[in-house]
Amino acid sequence: MNTAKHTFHGGIRPLEHKEDSNTTPIEIAPIPPMLVLPLQQHSGPTAKPCVTEGEYVYKGQMIANAADASGASIHASSSGYVVAIEARLVAHPSGMADTCIVIETDGLDAAIETSGHPNWRNLNRVELLDILHRSGIVGLGGAGFPTARKLNTDSIDTLIINGTECEPYITADDLCMRERAADIIRGCEILKYIVGANSVIVGIEDNKPEAIESMGKAMPSSPDWKLVTFPTKYPSGGEKQLIEILTGRQVPRGGLPANIGIVCQNVGTAFAVKEALEDGKPLISRITTFTGQALSRRGNLEVRLGTPVSYLLDYMGYTEQKVPRLIMGGPMMGFALPDATVPIVKTTNCILAPDTNELPLPKPAQPCIRCGFCAEACPASLLPQQLFWHSKSSNFDQLDKHALDDCIECGVCSYVCPSSIPLVQYFRASKHEMRMRRNEQQQADKARERFEARQQRLEREALEREATRAARKAAAKAKAAESSRFADEADPVQAAIERAKAKKARLMQQSQQGAQMNAESALDSLKTKLAAQQSTLQQAEADEKSEKITTALQASIRRLEQQIAESETKPPSKDVEE
Amino acid sequence: MSLMRTSSPHLSAANPVQHVMQQVLLALIPGLIALIHFFGPGVIFNLLAACGFAVLCEALVLRLRGYDLRFFLSDYSALVTGALLAVSIPPYSPWWLIFIGAFFSIVVAKHLFGGLGQNPFNPAMVGYVVLLISFPVYMTHWTAPSDLANTPGLLQSFASLWSNEYYDGTTMATPLDLMKQNEGQMLTFLYANNPQFGSYAGLGWEWVNLGFLAGGLWMLHKKLFTWHGPVGMLAALGILSALFYDDGSSASGGSPLFHWLSGATMLGAFFIITDPASGATSNLGRLLFGAMVGVLVYCIRVWGNYPDAVAFAVLLLNFCAPFIDYYTIPKPYGTEDSQS
Ligand code: SF4
Ligand code: SF4
Repeated sequence: MNTAKHTFHGGIRPLEHKEDSNTTPIEIAPIPPMLVLPLQQHSGPTAKPCVTEGEYVYKGQMIANAADASGASIHASSSGYVVAIEARLVAHPSGMADTCIVIETDGLDAAIETSGHPNWRNLNRVELLDILHRSGIVGLGGAGFPTARKLNTDSIDTLIINGTECEPYITADDLCMRERAADIIRGCEILKYIVGANSVIVGIEDNKPEAIESMGKAMPSSPDWKLVTFPTKYPSGGEKQLIEILTGRQVPRGGLPANIGIVCQNVGTAFAVKEALEDGKPLISRITTFTGQALSRRGNLEVRLGTPVSYLLDYMGYTEQKVPRLIMGGPMMGFALPDATVPIVKTTNCILAPDTNELPLPKPAQPCIRCGFCAEACPASLLPQQLFWHSKSSNFDQLDKHALDDCIECGVCSYVCPSSIPLVQYFRASKHEMRMRRNEQQQADKARERFEARQQRLEREALEREATRAARKAAAKAKAAESSRFADEADPVQAAIERAKAKKARLMQQSQQGAQMNAESALDSLKTKLAAQQSTLQQAEADEKSEKITTALQASIRRLEQQIAESETKPPSKDVEE
Repeated sequence: MSLMRTSSPHLSAANPVQHVMQQVLLALIPGLIALIHFFGPGVIFNLLAACGFAVLCEALVLRLRGYDLRFFLSDYSALVTGALLAVSIPPYSPWWLIFIGAFFSIVVAKHLFGGLGQNPFNPAMVGYVVLLISFPVYMTHWTAPSDLANTPGLLQSFASLWSNEYYDGTTMATPLDLMKQNEGQMLTFLYANNPQFGSYAGLGWEWVNLGFLAGGLWMLHKKLFTWHGPVGMLAALGILSALFYDDGSSASGGSPLFHWLSGATMLGAFFIITDPASGATSNLGRLLFGAMVGVLVYCIRVWGNYPDAVAFAVLLLNFCAPFIDYYTIPKPYGTEDSQS
């Protein structure tokens, strides 16, 4: 066992509250009467359902197909009938509804026949990645990035296994490492084999002695395998921060760990990889921490994906609070649930049900005193006080200059701010707006290019027409001169007619161009309106405006989007005439 | 069950603004004790009057601006400004002098520029400089330290607050004045011939500066600011005075210790240039800011026209802070040279 020699800039040491939930073993949660499986539980394209309403499904059966290599499939987490494929409220900070497959369980938990590949070393990398992809494995530590996609990279030297779990309260990885170290290590071996890494570093914060011990025992004693511990500090579990702690190197800005020969995987993911390959078990359950003073029992449950949070809260003895608040994820980066009925998904590592005193309600913000505490603590070495200032004045150039994009939204700045300014909230809103603007800019550029290309074509065509006409005219003239000696007298009339025609053509072309321009600018103004509405919506959400306002905004955004779609598909009138 | 929606993070470390300001006030105590010990109870009345007027002005402006008085007054920031002004001006100053200082600090320097956190200039120093320019006679008369003359009693001190005359007890040229006006004496003789000098710098002033240094180090320990500003200023001041020390000859500008322990050096280094609103933002920026203050302080003290220089140096640099900020944005994670 080694201790890390490096650290990262800033960071904080909040109260850990780990003992609240790490004193009891992992318990298997019961089968709920209803499972709600969202088609989008990962980052990437939404999965496509491959079952129909009314169909009987077995545990482990694939019920939604990954759209492509960058997606993840969904499997039934118990047996029963598919009763609906419809929009349900899902775990998303905006309180969004999304398509879910709803299964009414029959309690039999009848599993589909599967076979694992205990001799996975006989398979090649493509086959292994395919199995992981079909098993719906995604990163269980954070954003839910499809694992097969992340592993599909070359020239990896080091595989880093993240057992940090730096967020307060969460102990899911801790318990997993204590109880399932051997399986995790087998998963690591598979991962190492797939990416062709030379060495493996398992990084664990020093506040988990039991986990460190059991992982150390399970690890092969080879110089290629290292277990490194480091002092507890949030957010040392952030991928970039962990890499710096363990290797002293930084992932280049805008780059991936793979750029410096590193790939990171979470311990929970390593466990899921082992199950998928050796046991043929797709990702249908995960370990989730249930903690907070509003629960009479706190601990870790292995839950079936799709289990409604409310069902599990009852199971853990939830007492209704005066100001009820449920947080999915940890207190630093998790989000407050819009509703308790939302299901557990692949990325749900914790449900925190605090009582009224446990997590303070946000205090009213005071003016920024520019104390710089935030900058001292920011793990990305940014200047949050400047970002705040420029966010408030929507100064996007300066936000770019101060590298807002490098903010990992860890919440450290808000945590230390003596003025209780919700800095991260501002940063999220500004990032969103900057993304929108970039998209819009791209679209505007595309539209302009289209318009200019069309303009050029029209001019070219007009010139060509003019040229043929001139040629015809010259030919006719020559013929006339040859055939008639009155040719000179006919000429003025002919010229007048010609002039009139040319004028008409010119006018027509102008009006057509006008129509085109109008259509384009109408579209543009629709888009600006849409952007404005979307940012108000964002703001409204950030401000926790009433549901009525947000739904109204959402409706108007949908309307605008429809209009834009219509006018984009409808060819401008001119084309029809042509 | 309707759930409450809050935005992450849902935790917060409780060192609210009022605590920060309270800690600054606490850190002033050692320096204040030294001041009172050497210059008498006039310091206390300065403090009471300046704090009172500062809070009064703050309340008035907040009311005019339509802010919630209780919420905004409770941040203690006006008290800090008042206290800093109080320790900058000579003891036994009349009330109206203090009032004018407080008015310019709070109303003009702070609120006309947008209020807490938005002041481009250090409020206490603005107040001080306005007074220095408008009432030079009052502002340049420091009472002699108690070892050299009797300091007035409580009653007399209180009375001087209400008198229109500046307190005309025993005032003496300060060591900084003597150093500047020194013509032809070796420093050892200058020290020996003038009772105002102590072992290294001015009698009493040494202790006052050590007091502020102690408070400053405590704040540094409490992480109220980073070391960059103070170290930059003290290092620059030290280096320059070492360069021009000239072995204590009659042309010497004074030793580094003399400059560190004279006038408002330590107050400036730990309480004034560390004002985050009017200073530079990044660590490198603060280092530069401090160093330039140090350079200016030395230049004004030795070659300029004013006895002490901290206020002018700070205000000049306040003016430059945005430019310093512009060129010292730190490199974010993932840039080659940001590696630790
Ligand atoms: S911690 Fe808060 S008050 Fe201090 S500089 Fe940052 S944003 Fe401003
Ligand atoms: S949320 Fe962003 S700005 Fe704030 S500390 Fe984290 S990385 Fe820095």
